[in-house]
Amino acid sequence: MTKPVTDTEQKYLLQGNEAIVEGALAAGCRFYAGYPITPSSEIAELMSVKLPTVGGTFIQMEDEIASMGAIVGASLAGVKSLTATSGPGFSLMQENLGYASMTEVPIVVVNVMRGGPSTGLPTSPAQADVMQARWGTHGDHAIIVLAVSSVADSYEITIQAFNLAEKYRTPVILLSDEIVGHTREAITLPPNKDIPIFNRIKPSVPPEWYLPYEDNSRGVPPMADIGSGYRHHVTGLMHDAKGFPNFSPEVAGGFLKRQYRKLANGADEIQMTKQFMMDDAEIAIITYGAVSRSAIRAVRMAREQGIKAGFLQLVTLWPFPKKAVDAVCRKCRAVLVPEMNMGQMVREVRAVNQTATLKQLNRFDGKFITPQILFRKLMSL
Amino acid sequence: MVEQASKVRHDFLRHDMNFPHVWCPGCGLGIVLGSLIRATASLNIPQDELVLASGIGCTGRMPAYVDFNTLHTTHGRALTFSTGIKLANPSLTVMTVMGDGDATAIGGNHFIHAARRNLNITAIIVNNMIYGMTGGQYSPTTPYGAKASTAQYGHIEHSFSIAELAITAGASYVARGTVHHVPQLDALIKGGIQKRGFAVIEIMSNCHTYYGRQNGLGDPVAYQKHFKDHAVTVNKAEKMSPEEMDGKFSIGVLADIDKPAYVDEYQHIRDMACKKTTEQGETKGGECAKERLDEM
Ligand SMILES: Cc1ncc(C[n+]2csc(CCOP(=O)(O)OP(=O)(O)O)c2C)c(N)n1
Ligand code: SF4
Repeated sequence: MTKPVTDTEQKYLLQGNEAIVEGALAAGCRFYAGYPITPSSEIAELMSVKLPTVGGTFIQMEDEIASMGAIVGASLAGVKSLTATSGPGFSLMQENLGYASMTEVPIVVVNVMRGGPSTGLPTSPAQADVMQARWGTHGDHAIIVLAVSSVADSYEITIQAFNLAEKYRTPVILLSDEIVGHTREAITLPPNKDIPIFNRIKPSVPPEWYLPYEDNSRGVPPMADIGSGYRHHVTGLMHDAKGFPNFSPEVAGGFLKRQYRKLANGADEIQMTKQFMMDDAEIAIITYGAVSRSAIRAVRMAREQGIKAGFLQLVTLWPFPKKAVDAVCRKCRAVLVPEMNMGQMVREVRAVNQTATLKQLNRFDGKFITPQILFRKLMSL
Repeated sequence: MVEQASKVRHDFLRHDMNFPHVWCPGCGLGIVLGSLIRATASLNIPQDELVLASGIGCTGRMPAYVDFNTLHTTHGRALTFSTGIKLANPSLTVMTVMGDGDATAIGGNHFIHAARRNLNITAIIVNNMIYGMTGGQYSPTTPYGAKASTAQYGHIEHSFSIAELAITAGASYVARGTVHHVPQLDALIKGGIQKRGFAVIEIMSNCHTYYGRQNGLGDPVAYQKHFKDHAVTVNKAEKMSPEEMDGKFSIGVLADIDKPAYVDEYQHIRDMACKKTTEQGETKGGECAKERLDEM
């Protein structure tokens, strides 16, 4: 199916992976480089069909290292770019992901998570790459990581991912998983005119004045496309405002501070969460990704039993939405953090609020945390 | 003439803050940079449309000095970035400069696939037969028996020929030159940039600091003599027996073939895809093509 350029809203039955493609195209993505891997390959396949119809370019590279290099190159030349992968490929992408962070290149990287480590469980869901998404590439760095829980999310949050990448000149990682990626759901796609699109800010000064890494109030320097007359140098070495290598303590320290500051400045917009029945909740579930699907059911089941349950879904995992999480921890007598891993994000929740009664629920055998499992755990709190 | 040459040098270098350069005095990389500048200048391509990308190594430091659109990427991966740039904006002239380790060890996979794909990119590979930047460890082109920081007992691996690898992998234009035969080198690089397809110029260069000192070629002058004595033109080499060629290497254009360039092929795909969606009524007539034009 192809979503035409439309003036009216349209209803479709889409898979999560397909919705990511629709979201990316709607956001203005016109370049995709990738290497096939289950459970993400549908994204590459659909991109290869659709990108050429809108003047974009698809290329299947020789591996995921190359895919990351190519999308960074394309974005530097001014084209919004995407790659998608899963665990093993995500590991290979880490070095060039760090390059994108160091050089502040907007790109979106989708990781449709599967069970690991290594080749692991190619067709089973997991959420075990959330810490890798934050810290996978070496060195301190700022990064935005988002997680999707449904087909609708896959569409909307992909658009958000591109907008945030462009607005803050940063790589954005979008985490999906085998369940969301392969689930088909009905989705209503909005008319094109209603889709909010943000494009990177270009320099307004003449080329002689342009400093590609100069600080400003937002901490986000304007970005000139390669070939647009603003000749400059891009390097993965620590660099000054001109972009040339510079290892002085002032430059190195200042660079990292600005990187963190630019995302902190945008915290209200970047740190996205969703709430469900939290107003009067006494116990809460904090989830992200596919487990949020079970949480809705489990909360409803608990409410039917007269238990005041609610849940908070973290759409943004990094920078960690501390405020929203802390509010839930303060409000509720117990907080449950279910994850399809051995307990990763729960550490962040604990770091935000040490006094809350926190319970973990972990599943790492390649199977889903069903509503029933969650409900039983809720009832025991 | 002298005035003109120095003007080219001046225009194409970033004088403000990048000198003195990082290379050892007498390193062949300076000669390569000179050739690259003369070759590009002779083609009259606006600097705004020139891209020079590199990986990591002594060679990788080259782009910072030239006033083009420049990129210093990750070790071995420069061609992948160049691929993205070229596909995103085919009107740019994209050159990539790499060391022998950069291009054929860590980046070997990208190198053969870039050659196979035939994107219109010029790959300049400076072959000093060693890892310069990290202190003289052996590379895929270190000769059998040679010494390196990690081959103190003599190297037991066999080297491969970068140019022959490029030919086999499908590059459209493959040439080899040296930092001794400079006018020829200028011409070889120029030929590579002009070629519509993937072009490889392998440049035999000196790392007297690491390869030289460990293998009896401790200064740049000894190296110049070495290249003078061991390089044989392609025409001459053809007439020589393998015994006569032993220890020598050929210089000149080794391959020059015509095959469709990737960006032209991809434009066909766009045209076909547009036609199909328009026919299926999924895109309103003309919209597909219109959006395409907007994007170009
Ligand atoms: C992933 C990675 N591994 C290792 C290095 C360290 N390193 C930097 S340059 C280099 C080798 C350089 O040799 P070559 O490519 O032949 O270039 P030259 O310095 O001789 O010009 C190595 C191993 C690195 N920067 N990145
Ligand atoms: S170490 Fe070798 S390659 Fe590097 S600058 Fe010195 S001479 Fe040149």
